[in-house]
Amino acid sequence: MTRATSLLYLDGVSVSFDGFKALNELSLTIAPGEMRAIIGPNGAGKTTMMDVITGKTRPDSGDVFFNGAVDLTGEDEASIAELGIGRKFQKPTVFESHTVWDNLELALKAPRGPFATLFHTITGAEKTRIEDLLDLIRLNDKRDELAANLSHGQKQWLEIGMLLAQDPKLLLVDEPAAGMTDAETAETAELLKDIANDHSVVVVEHDMVFVRSLGVKVTVLHEGSVLAEGSLDHVSADERVVEVYLGR
Amino acid sequence: MMTSFLFRAMDARAGIFLAIMAAAIVLVPAGNLLVPEGSPFHVPTYAVTLMGKYLTYALLALAVDLVWGFCGILSLGHAAFFALGGYAMGMYLMRQIGTRGVYGDPILPDFMVFLNWPELPWYWYGFDMFWFAALMVVLVPGVLAFVFGWFAFRSRVTGVYLSIITQALTYALLLAFFRNDMGFGGNNGLTDFKDILGFDIQADSTRAGLFAASGIALVFCYVICRAVTRSKLGKVLVAVRDAESRTRFLGYRVEHYKLFVWTLSAMMAGVAGALYVPQVGIINPGEFAPANSIEVVIWVAVGGRGTLVGAVLGAVLVNFAKTWFTAALPDIWLFALGGLFVVVTLFLPKGIVGTFSQGWTALRQRKASADYEAGSDEPPSSPPHAPSATARDAEPQPAE
Ligand SMILES: Nc1ncnc2c1ncn2[C@@H]1O[C@H](COP(=O)(O)OP(=O)(O)O)[C@@H](O)[C@H]1O
Ligand SMILES: [Mg+2]
Repeated sequence: MTRATSLLYLDGVSVSFDGFKALNELSLTIAPGEMRAIIGPNGAGKTTMMDVITGKTRPDSGDVFFNGAVDLTGEDEASIAELGIGRKFQKPTVFESHTVWDNLELALKAPRGPFATLFHTITGAEKTRIEDLLDLIRLNDKRDELAANLSHGQKQWLEIGMLLAQDPKLLLVDEPAAGMTDAETAETAELLKDIANDHSVVVVEHDMVFVRSLGVKVTVLHEGSVLAEGSLDHVSADERVVEVYLGR
Repeated sequence: MMTSFLFRAMDARAGIFLAIMAAAIVLVPAGNLLVPEGSPFHVPTYAVTLMGKYLTYALLALAVDLVWGFCGILSLGHAAFFALGGYAMGMYLMRQIGTRGVYGDPILPDFMVFLNWPELPWYWYGFDMFWFAALMVVLVPGVLAFVFGWFAFRSRVTGVYLSIITQALTYALLLAFFRNDMGFGGNNGLTDFKDILGFDIQADSTRAGLFAASGIALVFCYVICRAVTRSKLGKVLVAVRDAESRTRFLGYRVEHYKLFVWTLSAMMAGVAGALYVPQVGIINPGEFAPANSIEVVIWVAVGGRGTLVGAVLGAVLVNFAKTWFTAALPDIWLFALGGLFVVVTLFLPKGIVGTFSQGWTALRQRKASADYEAGSDEPPSSPPHAPSATARDAEPQPAE
């Protein structure tokens, strides 16, 4: 695929921290509408890759393009979010002293400037949207609860809800099943598959059962670059992958 | 739009506060001006002025609570904005003196004559007009805060580093205003005021009027703070306080939010300073002392950070104690203040109002669930396992 037809295009991206290369000439392309799973051992650079895409970390070299044309290395976090890239963090980060409802309201796609929010009154359409999301993430009965009081798994789901509320074109989801029970993990996979029907999604996950249930193309990262790419069965058969990751 | 914006400001707590303030604004001046001196209900003029001074401190504390309590910006330099507002008012009051000064110069304040200045410096122009001075009272602190905030917030200076540079700001202004050639009266500052808007500044009725004006300014700013903090913008501020980088990833430009609330807060501090100066009769560089700004933070912590009314209550209570201590036991006031801060930090981390409202919520929930269990058909208003949960509960938690 060429850059022009891609949704997300990383080419030769390198990031180093004090001489240590967290990303090493990483190249990766995501097509519009695609769902991609990223796997790789701890420290492979998966989170750092998301940091680069969302503007948290500037790459030392390499290109990062969104929608084929927008150079993300020149934008900050807020404008990248406004361009339509949403992110769920590895460690769930919701606004603990806000209610579940307010967390979703803050995430909801709407003008982001201080004067717009100062005079904002919630509309009926926004309320309906939040209600729908509450149903989807199964937190309807917790709507007035402070996010601080949610369980770990509920926080993960709330964060996914917030991601959807932003209505992004591309969702970056970092280890959504971490700390979840098997049942919750299975439900999360179903939820992400639903979401992938009308969004592009990049999921980082360790849980092989989870990745298998997604049934999508897999990219294996190792030491900051791509080790293998293809179906899960294809990459699992790759000896280098078995060596660095699966066989451990 | 505006009405719904202001309407949001109201709830039971705000109602109680506004009722108390309305009563004070009416009763204190009435007790001074209308009740004869021998009556037990007479309010002596010195008390009116003292309480008026507390109200200006309360307004300063409110301004600090707005940025610290809701947006997590711990300002240790708000006394600078207060003092700048005070100087703007002081300049107006100086120019009202006219020929009644010691040297009788119709234009130049005494200290300028004393320093042999031939003419009024340009930055004193316009201060003979009240409207101009009043504008400067909000504009000067506002512009300084805007410029300072623009650089600080854009460079993402946060936490302790930001607090330190706010201290540096007020200290730099302290040193600058000490210098005679700055043209603000140097060490002595501005004093010997005669009248304000044509009224004798020493008269009982003027004192009562200044008290009422301080009360009205406090109410006005309180309503603005409420409306701001209960709007969606207010929710973004709390989000910034608790998880700044997460807020950015949602697409909010955090620096714009901080700049807005910081500038608004500085303007309120300026108004407080402007009302303070005619009541105490002097403004000098001592008002920029770094310790002053730290004291304000203590008032807010004592009353309850992030509660607005707590800031007001803390300012009034601590200053009342200060007045009492400095008269009765002048040597131990600073120890008492330090001790108070330690005690509050250790035992009342939410301050008086925060602790009280938390206890109240827990009580109501317990009662509600008791009623529920007793078979009443009123379900508990919110889940009983959340007694400790108030909007200020969560520790600030940075995104990963
Ligand atoms: N801000 C940072 N400073 C220094 N080293 C970092 C930083 N962020 C990540 N790293 C290092 O980069 C490597 C890749 O980390 P990360 O992207 O979090 O891996 P993954 O998410 O794949 O487990 C790790 O060795 C990590 O220690
Ligand atoms: Mg990671």
